[in-house]
Amino acid sequence: MAAISRDDVAHLARLARIDIPESELDHYASQLDAILEAVDKVSGLDTSGVEPMSHPVKMENVFREDIPAPSLNAQQALAGAPAVEDSRFRVPRILDEE
Amino acid sequence: MAEPVIAFDQALKEFDPVLGLEVHVELGTRTKMFCGCSTEFGGEPNTHVCPVCLGLPGSLPALNRIGVESAIRIGLALNCEIATWCRFARKNYFYPDMPKNFQTSQYDEPICFNGYLDVDVDTDEGRKTFRVEIERAHMEEDTGKNTHMGGATGRIHGADYSLVDYNRAGIPLIEIVTKPITGTGKYAPEVAKAYVAALRDILRGLGVSDVKMEQGSLRCDVNLSLRPSPEHELGTRSETKNVNSLRSVERSVRYEVTRQAARLLAGQRVVQETRHWHEDTGVTTSGRSKEQAEDYRYFPEPDLIPIAPSREWVEELRSTLPENPAVRRARLTKTWNISELEMENLINAGVLELVESAVNAGMSPDAARKWYTGELARVANERGVEVEELGVTHVELARIEALIATGALNDKLARQVLEGVIAREGDVDSIIASRGLAVVSDDGPLLEAIVAALAADPEVAEKIASGKVQAAGSVVGAVMKATRGQADAARVRELLFAHLGVSE
Repeated sequence: MAAISRDDVAHLARLARIDIPESELDHYASQLDAILEAVDKVSGLDTSGVEPMSHPVKMENVFREDIPAPSLNAQQALAGAPAVEDSRFRVPRILDEE
Repeated sequence: MAEPVIAFDQALKEFDPVLGLEVHVELGTRTKMFCGCSTEFGGEPNTHVCPVCLGLPGSLPALNRIGVESAIRIGLALNCEIATWCRFARKNYFYPDMPKNFQTSQYDEPICFNGYLDVDVDTDEGRKTFRVEIERAHMEEDTGKNTHMGGATGRIHGADYSLVDYNRAGIPLIEIVTKPITGTGKYAPEVAKAYVAALRDILRGLGVSDVKMEQGSLRCDVNLSLRPSPEHELGTRSETKNVNSLRSVERSVRYEVTRQAARLLAGQRVVQETRHWHEDTGVTTSGRSKEQAEDYRYFPEPDLIPIAPSREWVEELRSTLPENPAVRRARLTKTWNISELEMENLINAGVLELVESAVNAGMSPDAARKWYTGELARVANERGVEVEELGVTHVELARIEALIATGALNDKLARQVLEGVIAREGDVDSIIASRGLAVVSDDGPLLEAIVAALAADPEVAEKIASGKVQAAGSVVGAVMKATRGQADAARVRELLFAHLGVSE
């Protein structure tokens, strides 16, 4: 039986860079609990001898040859960027939290 | 900022060092690991990018065959086993230089594992071989490049914001990780350096990377811990990043030994952390603490198909491996009958390959070494270039050497010929002709030419014998023609009369 604690939610939020207020931690804990409970039903099945599946289709060794293909130009590459400077993506201060 | 240290020898009396080395090598493929963008260095910012390496929604990676082949070849050269089946994994974390918010890497299924590399180090008891065991070599991708703006130093600390260029993001990397290296004792710094040097030579020999440490295509992280004695458990380690020269590898190990020993002797503990190496001051400083276990939430990359290298493919790649550089040196030292010091000199002068191809072309090892470490090294040094850049081929050297052997050139003339070759005046023989450098004192070839000329015109011998000495002129002319004008005409006359038993 899954039991997600407030601390778990805070930890997950931090890893995912989501700002969740203190007051909402319990709210999300119970929601995540419900999701995990639903998924937990799978544990009721006998899965011994069943390999975890990462790829639905059995394929191996799909390669691309090492031949250059056209790239975007800088203008196209930066078109969706919130901030641009000197043909580069401008991002906020990196070490803010430390 | 500088932390207390104690003398290295003192530290070694109290502690047993344990090394661990992580080397990242950027492959020299034409395109990135998962897309067709160019890997060329130095393009305008964000011009070698596409939806895949920018992590745009809906884009799908496609694996570079040469990237996989290079990984397998590296593994084989490091005596690794090659996985029969493996996958990529997503390593999830947030950092602006990584546009997808995960790095495509390999987790518990590395393509190469369980290898080793033997390295030689000079010890008090002579040269000794240390075996460095390789834990794994796996495939992953490089990140973009941050430029930190604002702040006084251009460093990340104190920066107001950063600018990111993703040209490098997605360039194939192979990460090669050793097992803990024990039993080095006081030779830990030398073993670390020798390992990275040997690895670099192997990678260069494989042709998979340009392995330029100063340009970042070969990067080394140095892990080091101390324990009271080999019977104790491993101590807490530090991980020093940014170690970008062979000398720095050695120095950073030495420094960390003395720093950690000072802490432990003072009753403090070693903090598990990332440290930064400073080339200028020769110290490491504290970076990110790794006390909290990192949570990368690895999971198999669903967008990339598993890799199952057939044994036939692996053996085919094995057959492309060059001879191990250390083995090759040992072999050449023996075959050429030279000392280890003389071999070192060839390596340090950067002429081992040149000497080898000259010998393969038929020159004696002694002669080849004489040219490449002597006259050519002198001229290269004088001009501030590498010997290789002088552009003198072993074919040209072999010709000069052959002419010296027959007496057609002496050493002094040979140097002048070489000067002409470096100035690209033509081939060796035409330079000798145009500069008039042939030695004329050698009778052998002249007599040969005289005999040939007389045989071609039997009547002339009779004329000379009967006293018509002016007939000798046609013989001299023929000899001059046969020797391309390099014969001494007076000497030819002398030899001709002596040959016919006639006095002038």
